[in-house]
Amino acid sequence: MRFTKDHEWIELDGDVATVGITAYAAEQLGDVVYVELPSVGKALKTGEGMAVVESVKAASDVYAPLDGEVTEVNEALSSTPETVNAQPEGEGWFAKVRVANTAAIDALMDRAAYEQFLQTL
Amino acid sequence: MADAEHPLKTTPLTQVHRALGARMVPFAGYDMPVQFKDGVLAEHKWTRAHAGVFDVSHMGPAMLSLAERSGDPEADHAAISALIEPLISGDIASLKPGQVRYTVLLNEDGGMLDDLMVGRYPSGAPTGSLYIVVNAGTKDDDYALIARTVGDKAKLMRMDGAALIAVQGPKAAAVVAGMIPAAADLSFMQFAGGEWEGQMVMFARSGYTGEDGYEILVPPAGAAAFYEALLGDERARPIGLGARDSLRLEAGLPLYGHDADPTVSPIEAGLNFAVPKKRRERGDLRGHDRLLTEFGGKLSRVRVGLKVLEGAPAREGAEIADGSGKVIGRVTSGGFSPSLGHAIAMGFVPPEFSTIGTPLNVIVRGKAQAAEVAPMPFVPHRYFRKPA
Repeated sequence: MRFTKDHEWIELDGDVATVGITAYAAEQLGDVVYVELPSVGKALKTGEGMAVVESVKAASDVYAPLDGEVTEVNEALSSTPETVNAQPEGEGWFAKVRVANTAAIDALMDRAAYEQFLQTL
Repeated sequence: MADAEHPLKTTPLTQVHRALGARMVPFAGYDMPVQFKDGVLAEHKWTRAHAGVFDVSHMGPAMLSLAERSGDPEADHAAISALIEPLISGDIASLKPGQVRYTVLLNEDGGMLDDLMVGRYPSGAPTGSLYIVVNAGTKDDDYALIARTVGDKAKLMRMDGAALIAVQGPKAAAVVAGMIPAAADLSFMQFAGGEWEGQMVMFARSGYTGEDGYEILVPPAGAAAFYEALLGDERARPIGLGARDSLRLEAGLPLYGHDADPTVSPIEAGLNFAVPKKRRERGDLRGHDRLLTEFGGKLSRVRVGLKVLEGAPAREGAEIADGSGKVIGRVTSGGFSPSLGHAIAMGFVPPEFSTIGTPLNVIVRGKAQAAEVAPMPFVPHRYFRKPA
């Protein structure tokens, strides 16, 4: 699993990356009440908004961690957005993305580096 | 905003919040708890089912008293009322001892400078004294305006160094009566003084959640002990500003600075009850002509509740459109209602779109989502009124 400074996680399987938000991000957001997911087929550019996650208090953007195309979204989140809090780095995934350049993932943090990054916040 | 030269202000409870693990945020210049460990959703639901305890010490309690009293309670009350009424929309003169009223501070155009509580001190207190509670973000301006207007005829004593603690929810009365037995005697919108462990406290049966409950003014020295004693009751839990906002939204109560501002009149804001007949007829209201015209039904916008029927919560700033897609107004507060399980909002629309059930759209991130005008409060009020 790899991580971004915007608190997304990425798990690569072949050329398809599963993307979600980290446990830290879910904790910071608080209770998630709504998730707006991208449509399947949408082309993503690194750093652009790909989803919106809303807590009782506020809406927050989720940014595309890599270039690619959305192949699947976690429809279950529309009826059970609380899964994002319960299992942020598992069942609470947001989307699967066919990645344009799988080597780009090497630029992202591994867990040790992400944990270290969290210490600086 | 806080910076090195203007650090955030604290309340007498700030240290206790930190010790309880609260997440602190800057709010109206204060370092305030937005949520505790349970989180906004659980805190909201706890308050609706049990008792929530809120630190609202950032608000602006004050005492306005006649400089020269006659000692006759009615004459002195009439005199202090005559000093404050020119600034506000309410009828203060008719307050009975120990009664509190919600009212509006007006500008010359009949716009809202603030909304506030004004109470007449109970019998036994010095005659010709009013208890006033204004909003945090406006308190310096409000106090200055009031002090300037009353001149040397009355003295305004700020009490915003004290702790103001709200206890709200169906168990609030039992929790508070456990500490201050006299609190049980009050009806909604009454206040009284009392004693807790040797210190004077003042408690009003009022609040900002739609639930029964109290707002209690406690001197700073004993504030932390009082707060901890409240939380020692297993029915009571600390609640942050996040749930305070979602609770008041469900209760349909406007939040100054969002659902009301100096351009908004109390009539547009749907607060007609705060502009009573006696004041409308006397003709001395600030912005009298506008308020009377609007009261007669000629107004360009009115605050409505919206039930969001699909999609994301519509938050402050979201556009409201009619069926043809024409933008007719804006959301001024909105979010997810934990009690109802869907998104709700309030905003301003022209009166012809204000009928309950009118289908409208809210525009969230460029997408039109179905909504409809809904009655407020969204969740029924459960205030405690003593049988007469």
